[in-house]
Amino acid sequence: MAGSTRGRERRLHVNNLLVIYADEMNDSAQLDATFAALADPTRRAILRRLSEGDASVTELAEPFEMSQPAISKHLKVLERAGLVSFGRDAQRRPRKLEAKPLAEATDWLEGYRRFWDEQYQRLDEVLKTMEPRPAARSPRKKAP
Amino acid sequence: MTLHKTEISTPSDREIRITRGFAAPRGYVFDAHTRPEVVKLWLGARNGWTFPVCEIDLRVGGRYRYVWKKGDHEMGMGGEFLEIVPDAKLVATELFDEPWYPGGAVTTTEFIEVSRAVTELVLTIRYDSKKTRDEVLKGPATEGVGESYDNLAQLLAR
Repeated sequence: MAGSTRGRERRLHVNNLLVIYADEMNDSAQLDATFAALADPTRRAILRRLSEGDASVTELAEPFEMSQPAISKHLKVLERAGLVSFGRDAQRRPRKLEAKPLAEATDWLEGYRRFWDEQYQRLDEVLKTMEPRPAARSPRKKAP
Repeated sequence: MTLHKTEISTPSDREIRITRGFAAPRGYVFDAHTRPEVVKLWLGARNGWTFPVCEIDLRVGGRYRYVWKKGDHEMGMGGEFLEIVPDAKLVATELFDEPWYPGGAVTTTEFIEVSRAVTELVLTIRYDSKKTRDEVLKGPATEGVGESYDNLAQLLAR
């Protein structure tokens, strides 16, 4: 069947692309692509939707005030970054979340987040001990 | 913003943003970032590290300098204040003495008054390039971090 064949080819094609990506891109390039893809709020929303389950372009376009071609454009960026692939159903061609590159990017971010979280937990303690500013801001303590 | 929760995001391909809620008036949080005797109590005070140099000349064009020490190791950094809005905003350059990444960065710290007793801190670090940003993320601050899928939802939530 032409439709399903095209579907399969397309899928293989996408998978091949992803394999080539995996071979040619070093960690840093992969990370670049992941971060670039994540920099856009619509793309993050698409990934969030896909984290709940596979979805077709039509389904993905629904919650957004955007045309299907606009959504397809975002999906291409996500596919190139290896964050999204095609699911099994050749007719619906649902998109599927690829967790690995996202998890790698999350690891770096998570490390950085934890660093600041540690700092800020200490700051919480320091803030508890602070008192209102003397002099300068209190009008009644104005110098004569 | 959630109180006592540190959140991270990448608003653009050159930036990292940290958001944190504090149960304190914003003047306190601002002072904790600008008064050396207070900064010394929390910033970079990790296990075994001391903070012998903490100088802040809080005026536009003024400089700040931090040096931490642990045994023979020394880590220094500093920069210049580009913009100061008392209790509300600090913009400064940031450069480590021995950077593990190319290029520099500009940090913007915003102190947002959520209520009289709650402050939201938004720290945005903008690097010279995407490459710099990504190298920073792999730097000393993130050493020893294991695999973690837990924050996937959190990362996607923004």
